[in-house]
Amino acid sequence: MTALDIAPTPVPATLRLELRGVTKRFPRVLANDNVDLSVAPGEIHALLGENGAGKSTLVKMIYGLMAPDAGTLSWEGTPRTITSPKEARRLGINMVFQHFSLFEAMSVLDNIALGLDERLPRRRLEARIRAVLDTYGLSLDPRRSVATLSVGERQRIEIVRALLVEPKLLIMDEPTSVLTPQEAEQLFATLRALAERGCAILYISHKLHEIRALCARATILRGGRVVAACEPRHESPASLAEMMIGARPRRVEKARPRPGPVKLALEGLSLPGEGDFGVTLEALSLEVRGGEIVGIAGVAGNGQSELFLALSGERLCAPEAVTLNGHPAGRLRPEERRAHGLSAVPEERLGHAGVPEFSLSENTLLTARHRRALVSRALVRPRRAAAFAAEVIARFDVRTTGPRAPAAALSGGNLQKFVVGREILQAPEVLVVSQPTWGVDAGAAAAIHQALADLAAGGAAILVISQDLDELFALTDRLAVLNGGRLSAPEDTASVSVERIGLLMGGLHGEGPHAR
Amino acid sequence: MRVELIRRPLPSPAMAWATPPLAVLLTMLAGAALFSLLGYDGPAAVREIFLTPVLSRDTWQDLAIKAAPLILIAVGLGIGFRAGVWNIGAEGQYIAGGLAGTGVALATWEMQGVWILPAMVVAGVLGGMAWAAVPALLRTRLQVNEILTTLMLTYVAVQLLNYLMRGPWRDPQGFGFPQTRLFTEWQVLPLLPGTFVHIGAVVALGVALLAWFVMARTVFGLRVRTVGAAPAAARHAGFGEGDTVWATLLLSGGLAGLAGIFEAAGPFAQMVPQFPTGYGFTAIIVAFLGRLHPIGAVLAGLVLAVSYVGGEIAQSSLGLPAAAAGVFQALMLFFLLGADVLVRYRLVLTQRVRP
Repeated sequence: MTALDIAPTPVPATLRLELRGVTKRFPRVLANDNVDLSVAPGEIHALLGENGAGKSTLVKMIYGLMAPDAGTLSWEGTPRTITSPKEARRLGINMVFQHFSLFEAMSVLDNIALGLDERLPRRRLEARIRAVLDTYGLSLDPRRSVATLSVGERQRIEIVRALLVEPKLLIMDEPTSVLTPQEAEQLFATLRALAERGCAILYISHKLHEIRALCARATILRGGRVVAACEPRHESPASLAEMMIGARPRRVEKARPRPGPVKLALEGLSLPGEGDFGVTLEALSLEVRGGEIVGIAGVAGNGQSELFLALSGERLCAPEAVTLNGHPAGRLRPEERRAHGLSAVPEERLGHAGVPEFSLSENTLLTARHRRALVSRALVRPRRAAAFAAEVIARFDVRTTGPRAPAAALSGGNLQKFVVGREILQAPEVLVVSQPTWGVDAGAAAAIHQALADLAAGGAAILVISQDLDELFALTDRLAVLNGGRLSAPEDTASVSVERIGLLMGGLHGEGPHAR
Repeated sequence: MRVELIRRPLPSPAMAWATPPLAVLLTMLAGAALFSLLGYDGPAAVREIFLTPVLSRDTWQDLAIKAAPLILIAVGLGIGFRAGVWNIGAEGQYIAGGLAGTGVALATWEMQGVWILPAMVVAGVLGGMAWAAVPALLRTRLQVNEILTTLMLTYVAVQLLNYLMRGPWRDPQGFGFPQTRLFTEWQVLPLLPGTFVHIGAVVALGVALLAWFVMARTVFGLRVRTVGAAPAAARHAGFGEGDTVWATLLLSGGLAGLAGIFEAAGPFAQMVPQFPTGYGFTAIIVAFLGRLHPIGAVLAGLVLAVSYVGGEIAQSSLGLPAAAAGVFQALMLFFLLGADVLVRYRLVLTQRVRP
């Protein structure tokens, strides 16, 4: 199937980029299998697929970070071998990564200067930056220190850095995963303006409504192969999802909440930020009842990690600021809070929830050793730990070689199922979970969501801290927003609008550091 | 053609086993080359240092005596290193242990009884612990790096030793030599029957076995390994870092102190200014060569003991300088740390393609 057959607009004579039969094999997996892809000048082309579908590998080859094992890459009609990112940039290919590489303590201008291949006098560079900002209607102060900027603004630095060299192809890797809906709209306007000037854009995402709003064509990858090429506007989110996952996405089946007694309460929880860039929590109050799932929305870096640590007991606070089942818990340590029925799943799977080089068996000991009696006094009971690990593996369909496998050997989705399962099988009365499906494929995400819904139906109180609004709207009963260390009043998820939550995420209700 | 390092998805267990022997092999090759360049018979030096002690029949007793303190100290250090607590001042704790035990010996000089030796041993352990408690306090209260404090306290211990030998503890009948009285029959370690190996060697083996069990099967071992491997996961699991710093420093200090009093009450049978022989520093090499594993420390302790004994043989047979053994030991650590890159990375030869 060639792209030419289905192009909606008359295609210019030469394609900007054309891949034919590109294949890349890694030791254990065929990451890209005979992939064809073409992008025309001025086209916004979506590269759609789940985690592990091979999107990143493909763009890394386009950007010169990896070499394909087979296949050809043609740039403006000429076959080429791109051996380094520098060479890619010389051709006019630029990439904005999902994770920014910025120096917090330096100014916007310095950060841009560091990322450029050519050396420019500061004055001329600043003039060029301001010209780019004007052209695309972007707001950003080149003199500001990066530490004071919101995530959306930080992304703009990366975009400006790419636009300064007038790219012919811009690759955007999951650009909206850290943005509020309003910030995402601004980004789309910039990208459309860029496309009108003839720049081709390769837009990587798994968010279907964005792709339908933005992209003229889409190439869908699954398991390293192109499974479909389509015009997203003519598809429904469900049909796109089906092409991406290969099956109909499961919806979370939720019982109507029958809220029970308050199991987790925050009352005026305040906590000073740690380090230069920590966020100070200011008087957070919230109640979570048994049987309900409450969500905390917000862009990362607005106090989410501080809130999580204050709840798990890794940071202590005033005794009455956190209450578990009516017991003041603010000064209790993680183990004591677990004894009061709390379980917590941190965002970082490797290094926080689990130890990468430990076996799954040993990893169960970290949080479940007392609640599941995996130790007796000072001694570890390895057989019980292995049996519990096997139980988690079986109940949560964790794909692994068994309890002896090191945590680092599991894929992200499987490890996430394991660490979530490890907590759920301890039958917690209160579960705090941060980014439960971050970087997890759709199948694993659906399984995790269903497990959380089932746990709530059994009477547990669940607090979900997430940046993913789709997830929060699908899963939660009530929703509050954390911005600049302050928490908005929770609202019923069923009646609140995405726009309202987006405005709260952008700092409508206070003058937090990220308010604009 | 160029060599590229490719990160392995997981550390290679095969390489973790293979690199210590590889480091020993590279040490022999490099040492032979080095001493040949210096004008000695390099291959003969390697043979005398590494093979003669192993092949001759009578040296095993020397090896056991040298290996015992190395193993005791390295087992403790290895546990600390697993937790990311870098106690490199075991030499000071070793001296402090020796001095504390000697203090008991001098105080009980005119007494008799089987309780005296155990009291000396307990004092030795406590002395080593006390010396390690200072860095523990500074680290947990004031975030002072223990690498600096443990090392600096070693020199304090040396000065304390010199002061005591020249002043308060000098043997009144010693013709002014800076050394203590000889210990009495109640104050020296018993020997294994028919040998001149003291029971410290047996204790060292027992301590290593016990440490193996503790690290593999107890919650304390799990705590230590978690704190070292992933500090954030340790906090999440409820394993406090401060407690672990205290526990591992006291443990490694106590074992170094035990090695110290064993040396004082064993081979020396008194306290002398020449007491610090560098076991505390060599034990760092032993710990790493043994992969921070207690049983690894036993094997590595024997290898390093070979280099000590072999160094002495080479001094008399080839006229090698006394520092030769130290050079070989340092080469071994250097090659071990260098070869360790193979545990996490693969070497790949690549053909660079030009467009």
